[in-house]
Amino acid sequence: MSPESHAGHALAPVRTSLEPTAETAPAAPAADAFEAARLALLRDLQLAFRKRSQLIQPLAFFAMVTLLFPLAVSPELSRLRELAPGVLWVGALLASLLAVEFLFRDDAYDGTLEQYALSGQSLTALMFAKTLAHWLLTGFPLALMAPLAALSLGVSASALPGIVAAVAVGSVTLSLIGSIGAALTLGIKRSGALLSLLTLPLSLPVLIFGARATELAIHGAPAHAPLELLAALAVLGTTLAPLAAAAAVRISLE
Amino acid sequence: MADQTLEVENLHLWRGEHHVLRGVHFALARGACLEVCGANGSGKTTLLRTLCGLIYPEDGRVLWNGENVRRDLRAFHAALAYLGHEPPLKSDLTARENLHYWIGIRRQLSAEELTAALARVGALSFCERQVRTLSAGQRRRVALAGIALLAVPLWLLDEPVTNLDAEGRELVAGLIGEQLARGGMVVAAVHQGLPPSVRNLTRLELAA
Repeated sequence: MSPESHAGHALAPVRTSLEPTAETAPAAPAADAFEAARLALLRDLQLAFRKRSQLIQPLAFFAMVTLLFPLAVSPELSRLRELAPGVLWVGALLASLLAVEFLFRDDAYDGTLEQYALSGQSLTALMFAKTLAHWLLTGFPLALMAPLAALSLGVSASALPGIVAAVAVGSVTLSLIGSIGAALTLGIKRSGALLSLLTLPLSLPVLIFGARATELAIHGAPAHAPLELLAALAVLGTTLAPLAAAAAVRISLE
Repeated sequence: MADQTLEVENLHLWRGEHHVLRGVHFALARGACLEVCGANGSGKTTLLRTLCGLIYPEDGRVLWNGENVRRDLRAFHAALAYLGHEPPLKSDLTARENLHYWIGIRRQLSAEELTAALARVGALSFCERQVRTLSAGQRRRVALAGIALLAVPLWLLDEPVTNLDAEGRELVAGLIGEQLARGGMVVAAVHQGLPPSVRNLTRLELAA
């Protein structure tokens, strides 16, 4: 090592004494990508159960929208049934948007994202794990709550399986789209408005096909076509969204 | 593994109109420590973040074992541990859980190793408490245990002795000494200098 001095900085040896003698200890076996993603998922789940208020907020929002609607419109079940698909899906979309704002915020704030980006693991896999955790904590409970909301809107019990399937599959895509939006708006203070501006247009296909599937299920018609389109969107999102989110996170860290 | 080196050539970085890094240039061999000094705002943190590849420099390059780190950033990241000035800990998890997830994402880790590392930094007595209840110095000790557990050749530490008492500063010096004795390398950004017991030290002065 040679001491050098430069325009902006100076380099000088201060205390030199020992030479390294011991050989580098054999490196500990690295965790594989699957194990890393599993731990990232578990970490987020455990954190969510430590902070239940954040977990309950979107679900409470969804419950309030769908349960207040019959009170505000009319108690006439035939009319409510007509409105049910729209109410359910707008409620689910907004609830998922509400939740996605928190997806990366704490991690960016406390340096966890930085450690993820520098972990030597695939950031895409870690982003996928985070999004999966987010879906398990918001989309999946929303799907479980959908029957309750549907019943309050006068939907018959025979339509419920179709509705649960539609919300479960559709919310996967909503979480994935949300992860891109949340990652893109990481550096911005009070990003809520921009986040909705970015994600809502992308979410429209989910809204349309989800509402259509729900409508068909309510009328007892086969809802395969819109459900399959929802599934196709979820597959497309799963392959592309984590890549985009990882790239956006890298940019936000610079 | 015998020829591990970190070389930095002519690093230039602008932040808007401000020329932060003006031709930073150094080389670090196995078992050597670099102390990056400078006033607040002289670019110590920026330099560390540029070294680990979070920031793209406008000019110059970082070489790890003679290879530009940009060619395989993930392999380089697997060889480095970066500690920013805030310990990367979740306040709602306990110290032990934090290390379990943070380190487990990178390497296989046994519970005994984890306990030993916590004992090494004197954190055993509070490792089952949620991090939100710990003091800044206690958090830093936990973060240091994490860095040591990563068992990687290159440490990049941003203000490692901040918030630590005299005993804690000696602990940092001890951990750095062990890392150097293993043939590892340390780059530490410090505004008041590392404890005098750190040997094999070179100082890099950044002008504001």
